[in-house]
Amino acid sequence: MKFGVVVFPGSNCDYDCYYVLSEVLRVDTVFLWHEDRDLQGCDCVILPGGFSYGDYLRTGAIARFSPIMTSVRDFVREGGLVLGICNGFQILLESGLLPGALLPNRDGHFVCRYTHLKVENTSTPFTRLFSPGEIIRIPIAHHQGNFFMPSRDLEKIKHNRQVVFRYCGPQGEEDSGFNPNGSLENIAGIASPDFRVLGMMPHPERASEEILGSQDGKKIFLSVIAWLEENRRGRH
Amino acid sequence: MEDIEKVSEELGLRKEEYQRIVEILGRTPTPTEVAMFSVEWSEHCGYPHSRKWFELFPREGHFPALFGEDAGGILYDDLAIIFKMESHNHPSQIEPRQGAATGIGGIIRDILGSGARPIACLDSLHFGPVEDRNARHVFRGVVDGIAFYGNCVGVPTVGGELYFHPSYRGNCLVNVMCVGIAEKSKLARAVAQGRDNIILYVGNKTGRDGIGGCSILASQEFAEGEEKRPSVQIGDPFTEKCLIEATLEALATGFVVGIKDMGAAGLTCSASEMAAAGRSGIELDLDRVPLREEGMEAWEIMMSESQERMLLCVTRGHEEEVRQIFKKWGLEAEVVGSVNESGKVTIFYRGEVVADIPALELTAPPIYTPPREKPAYLQAVNDDSRLNSLPLPRNYEEIVLRMIASPNLCSRRWVYEQYDHMVQTNTVVLPGKGTPVLRVKGKKWGIAVTTDCNPVYCYLDPYRGAQIAVAEAALNLSACGARPAGITDCLNFGNPEKPERYWQFVEAVRGIADASRFFGLPIVSGNVSFYNESPQGAVHPTPTIGMVGIIENVERAVGGVFKEEGHVVVLLGDIKEELGGSEYLRVIHGLEVGPPPSLSLADEKKLQELLIELAHRGIVTAALDVSEGGLVFALLEACLGGEVPLGVVVDVKRWENLRMDAVLFGESRGRALVSVREDAYLPVERMARERGIPCFLLGKVGGKDFLVQSGGRVLVSLPVGELKRTWEQVLS
Repeated sequence: MKFGVVVFPGSNCDYDCYYVLSEVLRVDTVFLWHEDRDLQGCDCVILPGGFSYGDYLRTGAIARFSPIMTSVRDFVREGGLVLGICNGFQILLESGLLPGALLPNRDGHFVCRYTHLKVENTSTPFTRLFSPGEIIRIPIAHHQGNFFMPSRDLEKIKHNRQVVFRYCGPQGEEDSGFNPNGSLENIAGIASPDFRVLGMMPHPERASEEILGSQDGKKIFLSVIAWLEENRRGRH
Repeated sequence: MEDIEKVSEELGLRKEEYQRIVEILGRTPTPTEVAMFSVEWSEHCGYPHSRKWFELFPREGHFPALFGEDAGGILYDDLAIIFKMESHNHPSQIEPRQGAATGIGGIIRDILGSGARPIACLDSLHFGPVEDRNARHVFRGVVDGIAFYGNCVGVPTVGGELYFHPSYRGNCLVNVMCVGIAEKSKLARAVAQGRDNIILYVGNKTGRDGIGGCSILASQEFAEGEEKRPSVQIGDPFTEKCLIEATLEALATGFVVGIKDMGAAGLTCSASEMAAAGRSGIELDLDRVPLREEGMEAWEIMMSESQERMLLCVTRGHEEEVRQIFKKWGLEAEVVGSVNESGKVTIFYRGEVVADIPALELTAPPIYTPPREKPAYLQAVNDDSRLNSLPLPRNYEEIVLRMIASPNLCSRRWVYEQYDHMVQTNTVVLPGKGTPVLRVKGKKWGIAVTTDCNPVYCYLDPYRGAQIAVAEAALNLSACGARPAGITDCLNFGNPEKPERYWQFVEAVRGIADASRFFGLPIVSGNVSFYNESPQGAVHPTPTIGMVGIIENVERAVGGVFKEEGHVVVLLGDIKEELGGSEYLRVIHGLEVGPPPSLSLADEKKLQELLIELAHRGIVTAALDVSEGGLVFALLEACLGGEVPLGVVVDVKRWENLRMDAVLFGESRGRALVSVREDAYLPVERMARERGIPCFLLGKVGGKDFLVQSGGRVLVSLPVGELKRTWEQVLS
């Protein structure tokens, strides 16, 4: 089993993801350079947070044209697992691998804080170790995490159970006071229709060790590992 | 001839300095040479008015210290912890967003130049009153600039200070500290050495931005109606992030002999100081410098402060290998010169020699110690007879509510949440939860960091104020369980050519030196910013102390927020009847009078040792120092800092014979507040007694109210939920 963490110029959570996978969870992990096309036989590709290419045009807008993203699109077509975190989520949207858009936060500021999330779908490879409706604590850190899509699309993704995480209060309250960025229906993360691609604004790699105050994010990586262990044989 | 002398004057050089340049060169300088001297000898780069006094600073302490060309640090385990603080005051006053942003960029490159990976930033910020429209504009712009640059560059902003005071109305202070770590064996130096080795220019292109930033902007007062914006540099954090990665990759090749940031004074500073430090000469060909625009003159190229640039000295024969690393990261990387043994900095442009200066002389600016004089205001503001006649408040709840709305005492959440304080996943104690603590991956130990200074104390008594800044920083570190290890300072003062300002400066330096020597703390790096004056006057003396400590077992790091109901609240150190210099006097009585709190360095040291021991043994559940706002505000911070606020019940009857406002809001030094499980109180009391530290059981965590009483008399009873909302909304 092998994980790949894509490095774009301006990625700044690449090493954090690498550290959790290779040092905390002890799974084989490699960096994938944005100018390469070879995914080196990875079973799961992670698009990490940061400011790819400086986010100068629009967050994630330049990254989608990188050679590595061509390979990632092919990988998705073949049913590979892709997790986009923060800027990685923005890149997935710009690449058309997930629907919707991320607008600037409601109050116009960058926001870094712990948030509570409700796990809405535990059938995905990324969330299978959670219990349905589980409330977890994972931090966010972004300037553009305000998820938006037209209402017809929203109905569709809800119908397909593509909404995976919603911001909420410590007891699961869903009022807007617990929505840190103005996201539509408190959406914090969504998946592709086949659940093989997940994009989320919160940073699971920042909540994967006891010393950092939460290990809820680790369960996402552990879910993927469990899923790969079960499904890998079928793929090769 | 007269023309060049005039140019020299316009660039800020004195007449006698010009004469000295002629002597050094044995001829009339060229315009490029005058430009180079003007930046290298400026207050910002050469420290002519302050350098002499650094001799007072201790260079040794509990941990081995390290002194580099640009930043210093301490050695621990197999690592070096490198840190430095620097000011970006003047640029931030003129263009808050870019001024602050490029301040971050510059200090990060200083740390990077030591071969260290930057792991944390802290910002000590001082602005005019938040009610003041322009001050608010500067404050918001600076916070925005720090977020813009710091978040993108991937270095967490984990702490700092925020202080509002009228003295900063026309001249804000933006002091930025960066901490980095490197393997001891892999430290880099800012030297050019080895005949024929290659000088490689990397990073951004050179443009006309920031020309004269250090000589014109940072070395003069603000005068009415002046337009200085073109001297402010423009930052590009994306390039900086790539520069960090590429530089660390280049250093790992082993072919980089020396490296230096092109910051203040740009190419002039990096080339001349690398040559001087290496006892070598450097030859530069400016035709090969990547330029942003055509038609730049040699002096413009040499003075430009374009951001995100570094100068490297690379082993000849390996320049292409190193160049390719920077190219891979999309950066400029051009061979611009070579090392020789001439001892001179020789600059060629368009086929001509435009400068040829001995490097050692260029980097040894004159030393000035102008007259100093004890300011007349001191006697009037230190008359404490006025304090005894102050009426006691009738309603303490009202006082708490007025003080909690003071921008100097309210929550900093609105600010620190705009900064990514978790990237790199090392932040163990988050901002707002106590003294920031970072783990070091793969190590049991961790690093605690803080910045401190109370400018009102320093205004009332610069010597004691500076000592208190050192003591408070050390206490903040000890509270979380860290042993104070080393200091970087950022000394912000007015015009040193005015005797009263210079007196304040020298007193503060003496205070820092004496306190840090007493505590066994080396001062490993620092920065001086003079001329912080506007037509409205000088800033309060602000010698900001940045301090780094080592926490032996990072899993035992203690935060400053109460954790659970039922824990008991303990005061270590005693309450004295001291109100001088307090926020209470300023906010409630509109008075800024002293003397500032008395200070016993010996008592401080004892308390530091006790707190480190308590944390190390896992006895305390929260610990924090008692400072601005006194006992009540230490309690409030501990109650309100958590995601869910906790109530508290405390009793101060023991001190009923003192003025109650001094008991609640006085800022006596040598005190800390801790919480412990109820059964751990007796061991704490015993340990305190053994060390001769007063120890008082104040009360208990719990309930929905912030309740302070004296015997049966309720002084303050306010619901914590409401208090938290007020406390957190002041700045937003």
